[in-house]
Amino acid sequence: MNEILKYTLMIVIILFTLTTIAAWLIWLERRMLALWQDRYGPNRAGPFGLFIVVADTIKLFFKEDWIPPFAEKAVFVFAPAIVAAAVLLSFVVVPFAPDILVADLDIGLLFFLAMSSLGVYSIVLGGWASNNKYSLLGALRGASQMISYEVFMGLSLMGVVMLSGSFRLTDIVMAQKDLWFVVTQPVAFVLFLTAGIAETHRLPFDIPEAESELVAGFHSEYSGMKFGMFFIGEYLGIILISAMVVTIFFGGWLGPFLPPVVWFTLKTFVFIVFFILLRASLPRPRYDQLMEYGWKIILPIALLNLLVTGAFTLLKN
Amino acid sequence: MEIAFYIAGAVAIVATLMVITRHNPVHALLYLNVSLLAHAMLFYLLGASFAALLEIIIYAGAIMVLFIFVVMLLNLGKETAEQERKWLKLKVWAGPTMLAAILFAEFLALVLSSRQSTYSPAVVSPREVAVSLFREYLIGVELAAMLLMAAVVGAAHIGRHKKLVLHRFLKEEKEREEEKQEEMVL
Repeated sequence: MNEILKYTLMIVIILFTLTTIAAWLIWLERRMLALWQDRYGPNRAGPFGLFIVVADTIKLFFKEDWIPPFAEKAVFVFAPAIVAAAVLLSFVVVPFAPDILVADLDIGLLFFLAMSSLGVYSIVLGGWASNNKYSLLGALRGASQMISYEVFMGLSLMGVVMLSGSFRLTDIVMAQKDLWFVVTQPVAFVLFLTAGIAETHRLPFDIPEAESELVAGFHSEYSGMKFGMFFIGEYLGIILISAMVVTIFFGGWLGPFLPPVVWFTLKTFVFIVFFILLRASLPRPRYDQLMEYGWKIILPIALLNLLVTGAFTLLKN
Repeated sequence: MEIAFYIAGAVAIVATLMVITRHNPVHALLYLNVSLLAHAMLFYLLGASFAALLEIIIYAGAIMVLFIFVVMLLNLGKETAEQERKWLKLKVWAGPTMLAAILFAEFLALVLSSRQSTYSPAVVSPREVAVSLFREYLIGVELAAMLLMAAVVGAAHIGRHKKLVLHRFLKEEKEREEEKQEEMVL
């Protein structure tokens, strides 16, 4: 009974912390963008403008939650929930610290890949159910982008699995006790980060919603908290990818002096800021460029990386 | 855990029935997806966690997305739903139902005659799966790889199409190029 209580409490705490951080990332993003563009950003409500998030959330809740009459109602309502649910489920396997994790699955890495592959449905169904040309175009782009980049995401991680000999995330972290995998697998790190940005469809890979060509892409027709769900899902995705990069390539919770959770949070924060910096600095590629880049450049590199890693592991034995 | 197994089984059956009876193709595909997820759950409960996750990654996460993708592009409207409704008449159901009932009766007889619990999970780690794939079933894996390669080549061939040139000057230029290529081949 005690075990169950402990895990329930942990799940509740992790859920609460994640959603809160995801909401505050909106503030962080706006402030950081402002900093890099030499202006102030939101600084009126509360200290440093922190309460802007509260104001925004209240506004979203009280907005008219409009479902277009031409939309496919059931699917339209259902779609935004998928992305948030899929991303939150992925956090089940993320080891925040040796004793702060929900489930230490022996297939943890695959579970993460599976859940991130289910996130595509949110875009596809949202775009289809909206019954709107721009949404459908966004959905098509999103589906092809995410399916393509999923392939490289999985392939780039297999080198790490070879070196650590396990799909279990705690084993992967412990295998980096002496040396982080970013040193031994630098190519895999770059590929995974690229694929991760494409999976969360953040700038520069935000072509499913590219506002200058598709209004807002797959979520053009969404309003109120349904739109909020897409939004929160996106920010949760950023946290997830940052946390996974830290776990897989930067030694997870490992670090001297400070407690493990603090190390994990610090490292993750660096990558979250990196995500925002990318948005501030890179232009969006054209759709066909993105696909070509993926299949003609990243895929061969990922396969080569796998081959070389395999050869090295074989020689070492 | 046996309860979870039966719940997942029931979900799989109901979802699969919904796949057959839906008129809207996208709804049918969504139910098929639920059915696949339920199957993954069944695999997991039986100890085959690797197979369960691959089921989600490959079937639910990739192949079904492509299915929905294609159906979305076809833009099937109300007429298709109407057509489906016509096809799903009781008369059409009679034959298949009878055949399925015979199979089901046979299956029931078999299950009842064995009279023992068939739920006995044995955990299979990813390592064991890999070892059996690349030792005992190596030929199967190689053959599958060849088959997939053929499929890739076929898809590349179908996807290749000549650029449509509308401008007359460009057309001349292109024809010249093609002639050059033919000469080179000769």
